[in-house]
Amino acid sequence: MDFPVFHLDFLGNRLLIALIAILHTVINHPLAVGGLPLIALMEWWGHRKDDPRWDRTAKKILFVFFIITTSFGALTGVGIWLSTSLVNPTAIGSLIRVFFWAWFTEWIVFVTEVCLILAYYLTWDRWSGILKGRHIRFGFLLAGASWATMAIIVAILSFMMDTGNWLTDRSLLSAVLNPVYLPQLSFRTPLAMVMAGAAALFILAFESRKNPLRDEAVKLVCRWMLAWSPFLAAGSYWYWRVIPKSMVANMSTALTTQAFTAWYDLVLFILLWSIAFLVAFAGLGAWKPKWVWRPAMIIPFFVLAALLADFERAREFIRKPYAIANYLYANGFRKDDYPLLQSEGILKYATFASIHSVTPENRVLAGREVFVLACTRCHTVGGVNSIVSKLKTMYGACPWNEDAISSYLASIHQARSFMPPFPGNEAERKALASYLVSLQTRGDFIQGAQTIGINPGLTQ
Amino acid sequence: MMNAPVSHDIPLPLPAPAAFLKVLLVVSFIAHILFVNLMVGGTLLTLFYEWRGRANRKWDRVAFEIARTVTVNKSLAVVLGVAPLLLINVLYTVWFYSSNALTGTAWIMIIPLVIAAFLLTYLHQYSWERLRDHKAIHLSIVAGAAALFLMVPLIFLVNINLMLFPERWLEVHGFFSALALPNVFPRYFHFLLASIAVTAIFLVGWASRKGCGLHVLVEDQGGLLRKEFYSICLVASAAQFLIGPVVLMTLPSQGLSFGLLISISCGVALAIPALLLIWKEIQRPETFSKGRYASIVLLLFGTVLFMASGRHLYRETALRPHQEAMRIKTEQYQAAVESAKKAKPSFAALDAGASAGRGKKLFQTCSACHALDHRVVGPPLFEIARIYAGNPSGIVAWAKAPGKKRPDFPQMPAMSPMFSDSDLLEIANYILDSANRGAL
Ligand code: HEC
Ligand code: HEC
Repeated sequence: MDFPVFHLDFLGNRLLIALIAILHTVINHPLAVGGLPLIALMEWWGHRKDDPRWDRTAKKILFVFFIITTSFGALTGVGIWLSTSLVNPTAIGSLIRVFFWAWFTEWIVFVTEVCLILAYYLTWDRWSGILKGRHIRFGFLLAGASWATMAIIVAILSFMMDTGNWLTDRSLLSAVLNPVYLPQLSFRTPLAMVMAGAAALFILAFESRKNPLRDEAVKLVCRWMLAWSPFLAAGSYWYWRVIPKSMVANMSTALTTQAFTAWYDLVLFILLWSIAFLVAFAGLGAWKPKWVWRPAMIIPFFVLAALLADFERAREFIRKPYAIANYLYANGFRKDDYPLLQSEGILKYATFASIHSVTPENRVLAGREVFVLACTRCHTVGGVNSIVSKLKTMYGACPWNEDAISSYLASIHQARSFMPPFPGNEAERKALASYLVSLQTRGDFIQGAQTIGINPGLTQ
Repeated sequence: MMNAPVSHDIPLPLPAPAAFLKVLLVVSFIAHILFVNLMVGGTLLTLFYEWRGRANRKWDRVAFEIARTVTVNKSLAVVLGVAPLLLINVLYTVWFYSSNALTGTAWIMIIPLVIAAFLLTYLHQYSWERLRDHKAIHLSIVAGAAALFLMVPLIFLVNINLMLFPERWLEVHGFFSALALPNVFPRYFHFLLASIAVTAIFLVGWASRKGCGLHVLVEDQGGLLRKEFYSICLVASAAQFLIGPVVLMTLPSQGLSFGLLISISCGVALAIPALLLIWKEIQRPETFSKGRYASIVLLLFGTVLFMASGRHLYRETALRPHQEAMRIKTEQYQAAVESAKKAKPSFAALDAGASAGRGKKLFQTCSACHALDHRVVGPPLFEIARIYAGNPSGIVAWAKAPGKKRPDFPQMPAMSPMFSDSDLLEIANYILDSANRGAL
């Protein structure tokens, strides 16, 4: 409402964020949070057994992790932020005001982490001999810093799902100690550790069979994965258990919609089977590493990446219809603003809209403007999550009815709980309905502020 | 001001006093920009020396040593950028996000561009030996990285510049038109020269460390290389005396103030003795003195400090009237929000009116998808009444847990969370009633 509206009418705005975010976690969890302690462990192991082959293997794995985390990992982290500031500036702007000091602390830890990883990698060969002990301690310190960055950011993510007591007392502490935080952290930590093992197996799959250390390394890595598996099972169970609770907290409706129940069962199914598979795989690797078929060693990584992506989706699912639970809807309107907007209209207060009230002449255009403000954060006209195809599924090919659509919009949140209630007033709802009806015959393509700028009809 | 849009602010307090956050912003920005300078300048100098190194291996080694510093400095440039970005988000939320949106495509391209630049940097560094006999390829890699590194600061600059001039936003249609604002390119060249100068002076100090790979190269031939670094810094800094006034003259006047002029003058006043000292060092390349080097660095750092403060003062002056307008508008808006919240009829009142009209009222939720005699989303009431004639509780049971019956219909969502059983029963009776009467 208070920002020029960035919009991608093919890809969809939410997909932009999702792609960057998933890439970030799929890289950062295994390669930084879990990978660094695993590498430090291998280095220590080699040092203890006085076997330089371990040292070389550890460094080789670190090289890959280093290149990827300092490029893709670091930049996609910034990218989540840049993309949300384009897609939902009100949400990220509000989060930053609440979490400023958490983010600032996170930044200090992050700077430390980057300095440490640079130092750890670049001093690997130089700090040998008597300095080796120091180098290993350095590695574990780095692992700690890496975990801490994740621990802070997870607080912010959980806050978006469940605002806890913050809604009443508005303090940073209650925001951080929201009910989803610990379960989520105790899920992500072992997941990162197990994923690190899977990523290491991925790299070892390209190691020649002739290298006698390969089997030993597979064994160590598989033991590492086995050791973390019970924690992963416990953590994910706990997290899985708090999901419906926070759904009750966040949503007035739809706890038992079939979509949710079906999905919830599916998650459990995926969870159980992937953990069972991983335990079996790691068990085999720890017991008889020779039996592990080399190309199969890349599979655990993909299984875990899918598991992680599914949970990221769960996070999004729980959050809706909110961007910040009970405070800000995903369409960028504050819950508190609704009474005003639903009586006076969103167009009246929309700084960057070109139309500020609905008249008989401008109905369709005004409706388009309402669509841009109220629906485009999640829908496109003809691309991903296209509104035209949604309406086609609902109303088929016979002429769409304006009144029916308008009354659907009035209870859109009741009908589909993941959508926020319609934020505007009745005139705007009808205007939106007539715009939607016009799409059946005319089609449309909405361009964002990044291409067409601000509409010159601006008067306020 | 006239045609500048005025937004409402986000109605949450700042996390600390604004003045404190602004000091943090200036300080953290300086730390960030210095490493950006080293990243950009370092890549350009790597390219330059490797190019020269085709004929003489010595320059190739210089290039290699500079490239190694870039590996570290580029990562620090990124992480140190997070703090000023955070601060500018929190202090200038509305203006910053608006200019981000207006240049959105370029803004989000920062991510893939920097990733690509970093990967090219690694590839360049770690393929030095392997591509020794394929210098053209190796040079193209670093040239690609340099091109990307030159592009990214331009995107940031365009954003940070555009946010200062809301009155120009209406003219902007995407990144390239924002690029065309008159003062963008002078500021950009100002930055590029600074990058070269900062990197050159950094290399002098870096090379003076005994353990550093550059050390031997610098002490070679009577400090010839040191003389060269000092000269590069001198020339780049002296050129700022030409480009600086252009920057000042092209700055739109709404941000100018005496504070700004004083700050910039102080910066210039410190730069002049620094350049004289550098000139003296160029005269005696064979000796390196830590003390003299430190005074040059200190003076130049003072210049940077004053320039960055001047930059901040300009932003403050340019945005002040907009901030005031926004404050007033936000207050009015929040007052309206509060009174609308009070005026809203509560659901309790709605319940109190429950009587004959209640079923009709509750049915509105269903009417989104069900009409009397034609298909909307779900089947018409006539059809429902046929199926559930005399069986209202059947409707309740369905509404609580709808199945999937009609293949060409979408799934009906469950209604149980919103309605109690007794509510649903009322709706069911109303449905059967209306179908009988043939009217809603
Ligand atoms: C929070 C994001 C969000 C917002 C905001 C949103 N929607 Fe949706 N909408 C969705 C999702 C997700 C779906 C379901 C997609 C699917 O399951 O295929 C959906 C589905 C729909 C459907 C099909 C419903 C059905 O039962 O199949 C319609 C119609 C629709 N949206 C219209 C709108 C309109 C009009 C607006 C603006 C007033 C809007 N939506 C705002 C997320 C949103
Ligand atoms: C989002 C749209 C939507 C809303 C809102 C909705 N329905 Fe439905 N309804 C449907 C659809 C679609 C079907 C057809 C489902 C099928 O046959 O698979 C349906 C079918 C039905 C049926 C027929 C069941 C049968 O056995 O054939 C009944 C009864 C019904 N709805 C009752 C209700 C009631 C009562 C409400 C309000 C409390 C309601 N519906 C709200 C979409 C909706």
